[in-house]
Amino acid sequence: MSEGQTVASTKEECWVPNILAFACNWCSYAGADLAGVSRLQYPPTVKILRVMCSSRVEPAFILKALKDGADGVLIAGCHIGDCHYIDGNKNAEVRINNTKKALEKLGLDKRLRLEWISASEGLKFSEVIKEFTEEISKLGQNPVKEKIEPQINADERRSSASVNKSAANVQGSEVK
Amino acid sequence: MSDNKGVEKPVESKLDQEEKRVGVFVCECGVNIGGVVNTRAVADYIGSLHGVKVTSVNKFTCSDSGQADIQAKIKEHKLNRVVVAACSPKTHEPTFRACIEEMGLNQYFLEFVNIRDHCSWIHMWEKDKATEKAKDLVRMGVERSKLLEPLQASEVPVNDTALVIGAGVAGMQSALDLADMGFQVYLVEKEPSIGGRMARFDKVFPTNDCSICILGPKMVEVARNKNIKIMSYSEVIAVDGYVGNFNVKVEHKSRYLDVVKCTGCAKCSEVCPVEVPYDFNEGLGTRKAIYVPFPQAVPLRAVLDKDNCINCKACAKACASGAINYDMQTSYTDLNVGIIIVSVGFNTYDPEPRHDYGYGLYDNIITAMEFERLLNAAGPTGGHVVRPSDCKEPLRVGFVNCVGSRDKNTNIYCSGVCCMVTIKNAQLLKEKRPETDQTIMYIDIRTPFRAYEESYNRSRDLGVKFLRGRPVEVKEDPVTKNIKVRVEDTLAGEMRNLEFDLLVLATGIVPNEGIGKIQQLLKLSKAADGLLMEAHPKLKPVDTTIDGVFLAGVASGPKDIPYAVSQGSACAGRATILLKNKKAITEGITAVVEPEVCVGCQVCIPMCPFQAIKFDEKVNKANVVKALCKGCGTCVAACPTGALEQCHFKNNQLLAQIKNVFRFEEVAA
Repeated sequence: MSEGQTVASTKEECWVPNILAFACNWCSYAGADLAGVSRLQYPPTVKILRVMCSSRVEPAFILKALKDGADGVLIAGCHIGDCHYIDGNKNAEVRINNTKKALEKLGLDKRLRLEWISASEGLKFSEVIKEFTEEISKLGQNPVKEKIEPQINADERRSSASVNKSAANVQGSEVK
Repeated sequence: MSDNKGVEKPVESKLDQEEKRVGVFVCECGVNIGGVVNTRAVADYIGSLHGVKVTSVNKFTCSDSGQADIQAKIKEHKLNRVVVAACSPKTHEPTFRACIEEMGLNQYFLEFVNIRDHCSWIHMWEKDKATEKAKDLVRMGVERSKLLEPLQASEVPVNDTALVIGAGVAGMQSALDLADMGFQVYLVEKEPSIGGRMARFDKVFPTNDCSICILGPKMVEVARNKNIKIMSYSEVIAVDGYVGNFNVKVEHKSRYLDVVKCTGCAKCSEVCPVEVPYDFNEGLGTRKAIYVPFPQAVPLRAVLDKDNCINCKACAKACASGAINYDMQTSYTDLNVGIIIVSVGFNTYDPEPRHDYGYGLYDNIITAMEFERLLNAAGPTGGHVVRPSDCKEPLRVGFVNCVGSRDKNTNIYCSGVCCMVTIKNAQLLKEKRPETDQTIMYIDIRTPFRAYEESYNRSRDLGVKFLRGRPVEVKEDPVTKNIKVRVEDTLAGEMRNLEFDLLVLATGIVPNEGIGKIQQLLKLSKAADGLLMEAHPKLKPVDTTIDGVFLAGVASGPKDIPYAVSQGSACAGRATILLKNKKAITEGITAVVEPEVCVGCQVCIPMCPFQAIKFDEKVNKANVVKALCKGCGTCVAACPTGALEQCHFKNNQLLAQIKNVFRFEEVAA
């Protein structure tokens, strides 16, 4: 499709980590904005996906990202006590920790990270990305991500979007 | 059952059938984006994606011509989804939502991709990688945009009463402006009197007018205004609700006397045998355990400090009106207000714990606020400036600027007002005793506003010396108690050894304990300096990210009095938009339940922080009350069946983005 896209290939040496960050609209997304406004340079390894609250992030999203090609997943929310939705971040904490436990069995737990980053912590945002990129670089490529898929059409994409069973298990673990 | 989760539901609605015609508008933001990201390459690549009918690169997409381009292309290409790749949605999403809405598109058909703050600005030296990342980000946006669904923003009614927290000069101005426009205002102040910090100043720069003489009448005006209800010696302890409809609990601390009966005659203080350091005078001098805060206090009522009271009951005997009530309890009021203005003020930096420049170790080192009270005619010395060690009038006075400001060890920021405070204090002392030798030790002198530079010049003319340099050593002469300062004169390039009778530290502005409390109660953001954060540093300086909550005064950053007063009025103006219209527009982003999928497990119900999910026993289904739902999505993530969805952040929309972060498909192609 377009040229020069060699990021994730079979060659280990030209691999750079691919990190997906879920950032809450009120604190961490604004923190990432501040990092930008402050021109704090950090590696282009991360792509930020905006959610309203860190508690919106489902374990299924994390597994989906790891399956699809993420080498690391970051969830960033407001500090405890500062949540725009009172205590959504506390729910996120429980959920992400449960997911981490499940990932431990797969040896993937170090690829998931939860951080509290406020709207004024642009520096922290850039530091977290630098650190996490370094960590993931040491860990190497995510072993479970699916290797190069053939070009798929919309129908296949639809079916491949279904979430595997382990996602459901993690989800279930929250039901107490 | 759980397979529902994340599966794009094969519901063939009209929306699904409609062909998705996406237009992508890549902004160069001058050179902010264009200087790093190859916007043309991004547009070309995105143009090759399925469903993208047109791409466009603009120098400034937010400009008139940029928006006109979007509107023209919507018409020409019959676009039904618009992706704008530019700056941050936090600032510009409303602009483009309005732009596409004008063309008859639902405003939620806009997808905003941040390729400036999250790309070009942070990868300035990696242009190729930044361009590749921008392609990924825009592709994520394009795929999400195709799945966006129309939503309606809803209107909520606004209760036309206001709450102002903190009755310093900024809060008083807000209250007065709103009251004069006819709105009912509750003015909550934690101290026994309104007036705030300004009531403690002796004179105020640059005109050196008597502070309480200009503030006093304003305080009385507040008290007289029929639309303002002052709640002094009270604190906000709980807030819930949302714009237009905040439920607030106010705690009224007990004064241990009946404010209706008390006349403020202060007969009680005269007989009280207990003396404690007087906080209003910065701990200089004493007050009694029962006292009137200061002569101009509003309300002019006594307050009994129970912590220091020895229960001798002398005050009760002295009180002619029988106002004293030792058993008085803390009481509470519940308020319902439409808007909240936060003007909770600040503290000055305390040099005691670190013993900055020997403060706390040597008697003859005081802070600028303490100096202010010494200058004041109603202060502990009746306006005579004396030094603490021997109560003699000092003839050599040194001033140190930037104490607790512009210092990596304390606070990095400039407190803004201290230069002028020092300049003013030096002038006032010169006026009292012209023979006093005075030296101001500074890093930079900052005098940016009207008549400030003139005031600086005036103190030079009066003979105040200015020495550029920070003291490196401060010692006390054990016999004379004089302060010996070793300081580098950085302009002359030499060390100086100076001796002063009194050293005054210009301490900076720091957050007070109220800021932390209010921040958590109202879910406001704090900036790196610990003060409250505005919604936008330039364009929304008194708004917050919480609709209906505004900020005035030093609580949101160091300010002088005119600036604080302007912000007080600005808040009143911003608030009036809501109070007068009696309605507010809220986001259409809420949770919804798909009843066919809901199994009635009720997992979601305790998850909701706003109690917005109700359980319908009859049909065994959960139900979201839209007016209460704030759209955080926490219930959605908890729902084990996928019956709950968050509008605008639906599973399929987010999964499309996640899927498109990674580019394996293209590599293979």
